[in-house]
Amino acid sequence: MRRFLSLGLLCLLLFSVTVTAQAQTSATVEADDAAALELLEALDVRSYPAKGEAIIAILQSDDERARDWLQSLLDGRLQRTDDGRFVVVLENRGRDWPVADALTGEPLGDMSRRDLDRIGINNALRNQLRSAIAVVDLYSPDVERRRTSATRLLGEVDEELAAPLSELIAEEEDAQVKRRLTQALAIYQVESGELEGVETLRGSLHPRVRVALNRAANGDDPIIADAANEALISIEQNLKINRGLETLYFGLSLGSVLVLAAIGLAITFGVMGVINMAHGELIMLGAYTTWAMQQLLPGQPGLALILSIPAGFMVAALAGVAIERSVIQFLKGRPLETLLATFGISLILQQLVRTGISPLNRTVITPEWMSGSLVVNDALSLTLNRMYVLGFALVVFAGLMLIMRRTRLGLEVRAVTQNRAMARSMGIRATRVDIMTFALGSGVAGLAGVALSQLTNVGPNLGQNYIIDSFMVVVFGGVGNLWGTLVAGLSLGVINQVLEPWAGAVLAKIIVLVFIILFIQKRPRGLFPQKGRAAEG
Amino acid sequence: MTTLKRKTHPRTVGRFATALIAAAVMGASAQAVAQDDDPIKVGILHSLSGTMAISETVLKDTVEMLIEQQNEAGGLLGRQLEAVVVDPASNWPLFAERARELLAQHEVDVVFGNWTSVSRKAVLPVFEELNGLLFYPVQYEGEESSENVFYTGAAPNQQAIPAVEYLINEVGIERFALVGTDYVYPRTTNRILEAFLKDEHGIAEEDIMVNYTPFGHSDWQNIVSEIRRFGEEGKPTAVISTINGDANVPFYTELSNQGIDAADIPVIAFSVGEQELTGIDTGPLVGHLAAWNYFMSVDTDDNYDFIDAWIDYTGDEDAVTNDPMEAHYIGFNMWAEAVRKAGTTDVDAVKDAIIGVTVPNLTGGYAAMMPNHHITKPVLIGEIQDNGQFDIVWQTPSTVAGDAWSDYLPGSRDLIADWRAPMRCGNFNVVNGSCGGSTAAEEAEAALAE
Repeated sequence: MRRFLSLGLLCLLLFSVTVTAQAQTSATVEADDAAALELLEALDVRSYPAKGEAIIAILQSDDERARDWLQSLLDGRLQRTDDGRFVVVLENRGRDWPVADALTGEPLGDMSRRDLDRIGINNALRNQLRSAIAVVDLYSPDVERRRTSATRLLGEVDEELAAPLSELIAEEEDAQVKRRLTQALAIYQVESGELEGVETLRGSLHPRVRVALNRAANGDDPIIADAANEALISIEQNLKINRGLETLYFGLSLGSVLVLAAIGLAITFGVMGVINMAHGELIMLGAYTTWAMQQLLPGQPGLALILSIPAGFMVAALAGVAIERSVIQFLKGRPLETLLATFGISLILQQLVRTGISPLNRTVITPEWMSGSLVVNDALSLTLNRMYVLGFALVVFAGLMLIMRRTRLGLEVRAVTQNRAMARSMGIRATRVDIMTFALGSGVAGLAGVALSQLTNVGPNLGQNYIIDSFMVVVFGGVGNLWGTLVAGLSLGVINQVLEPWAGAVLAKIIVLVFIILFIQKRPRGLFPQKGRAAEG
Repeated sequence: MTTLKRKTHPRTVGRFATALIAAAVMGASAQAVAQDDDPIKVGILHSLSGTMAISETVLKDTVEMLIEQQNEAGGLLGRQLEAVVVDPASNWPLFAERARELLAQHEVDVVFGNWTSVSRKAVLPVFEELNGLLFYPVQYEGEESSENVFYTGAAPNQQAIPAVEYLINEVGIERFALVGTDYVYPRTTNRILEAFLKDEHGIAEEDIMVNYTPFGHSDWQNIVSEIRRFGEEGKPTAVISTINGDANVPFYTELSNQGIDAADIPVIAFSVGEQELTGIDTGPLVGHLAAWNYFMSVDTDDNYDFIDAWIDYTGDEDAVTNDPMEAHYIGFNMWAEAVRKAGTTDVDAVKDAIIGVTVPNLTGGYAAMMPNHHITKPVLIGEIQDNGQFDIVWQTPSTVAGDAWSDYLPGSRDLIADWRAPMRCGNFNVVNGSCGGSTAAEEAEAALAE
């Protein structure tokens, strides 16, 4: 594949040096269509290697549509109609697809997928196409394209590409592109046995650099192998630090999910003492609200997500109030019956969603600004969606602390939980406080659902997966203590992620559970036990 | 026949005898007329609630659609078909109860059902005890052949083994991460694959990484980052995923978030089909692979007819079809063909008649029922596209017959299954030449458990 690539590049370079200077004559434009059709026809063969050759031919042609063709071939949108015309599919969902002519670019209306045959590609061809497009893009005036293209070429450089590449490096103005191209060239140098390359690569954390050095370290040339090994050792040390940071981030992010899921429970269970097994389903309602919002606002997933925050809160809060009024208030002081009744409610809610909406998972779109990752360096990148969730969890926590500490509602809640009879005699309407507290806890569960819709499946089973973890966090943190929930959630997350690579996901979960059981034996009231008279109540 | 006899007046005996002869001459169709007009009952044993509802509900709808189509075409043996639907609610013991209810109470003639292996294991004794027929449509780990079960999904040699050979021969992969959900199917499949990689392809121990996660695992950060590092050691690396159902969405999301591209580390999945992809934005997943015996994107008229019928039946323009649905399509048609051939829905007659029955599949070929109750299937490798569909990049030149007992596991390697007349054995040991009964199967399982 690399041979093809460099052939293409070589021709392109010749072309860019000799042809671009001259004005294109009109005769070539007319001759173009016949030639272009021929180029595309060569793609419509069964054998993948033959398609590879056809791609080179397109790359070598001086047709200015070449990049578009390659791109639509890469996207699987270059297709052929039954009568032999080449078209580009503009939208490939549903039964009929809008198409445009591949040669002229003019739209041809909708066509049935039965009449279209796609020009299939496989991973190898996809690789080749990406590299081919990268080679074209090296000359692009767009810096972003050049950057992607340069990164793409790491480990893809060979003999014929090396010489023109060094010229390009000399001319390049953007520092990032320059550095990448230098590394790409250095990888080639290492492969061809030049010690100099190893020096250039020293310290780079990019995976492809490591792959190249690893290969060199296992290679035949002892001098290169020693140098590569040495470079690898320093890279490894650097990587270790990055890996530690990464694990910490993973742990905090898992922890933030646990905190979000548990913090609503910390209020209903921790503060009010209600064992609400339907808590998970309240989370699920929040997630479905996000989905519904995105259905209401098609094409604006970001806005829908932001609007889902209040909407999810309200939906879950109302559902919580309904549960409290219809069931829980009649079972006050009978925890076993509350547990069973709310478990029943959780099953009912799940099945309602299953029959009412669908048993299948719903697609919740992640907005553009939340997908991808923040690249710290070549070895450490932090996934954006999890970073947002981490931030969101902290904001929700801060908000809840404010409500509990600084508002009248919070004061009343604390009063009622500490001594119900006394609070009532002071004129606090305990029933109203119960409703409000439950609504608050449920609403926060809804918020958790909105956040979780960005991380996991939105389906009827969403809640079930979090209910056990939520109780675990609340009990570990200390019932009735919001700070405890925060610390417990984050630390359980980190412990889990530290254990996981070492023990495996299943064993890590078991170890954490055993640890909590032992911990509870020693300190039955959790990390941060409630002090004073409230603790006895 | 009994009802007819009761109605028969002595004077009509002669005519009845003539009719019998005529029936014998005219064969199955005439015999059908002589049978009672009660509908043929088709049991459907798929979870409509609980965790597995996500996968199994569509299969229930598929069988109902097939029954409807069959009735529109005049039914079977001149009788209409009637679906009897029960809901085992993703609860394994309940599967056995519901199966008993279908066979003993509703007296169904055939059952289409089950998804998970554990549920199949739960109903197996019931079907054997009450002599029922079960068509099981899902790819599974093999190591089983029951007289009463027909396995229309893929055995490991119809999915996992060809997929790995594709990776080694066509993609040039030298390092494998076997990642799966922690239950019987991934564990057995991975054990077979490990043995296959080491013995047949000489892959070293350190080039195989095995990882299991609990059901519904949602936090994949660490494992994906581990896979990324595993792939940075210089050898071409691929992930073989037997991750089940729900856990796939967060897994693939994490893959794309951490920027693992199919060109660097392709993931080939055995449990991810069109249905599972409906919950994901597949843009970043383009090029990751799946191995099945059917894809919705198969370019045949039979398939387009099936898809159109499915879309019309569900009334959902975006409805997708998948591999287990095709398995039910094949299984249903095989059963119908066997009933026509036997001229009755009697279980023993159908069981004998169905072996060797060949019906068209949706991929432009034919599926035949083998004596070991598995069927012949083509193996397709597809790459995920940005529209949630698979582009077929490779397929076996011909169909592959399902192998009940893996050739790569000690204990299992000596067993064959053949339910035809003289042998009638699901685990015949070719070494000592005896039908192993339960002990051989236990030995194989014990060997597995080691």
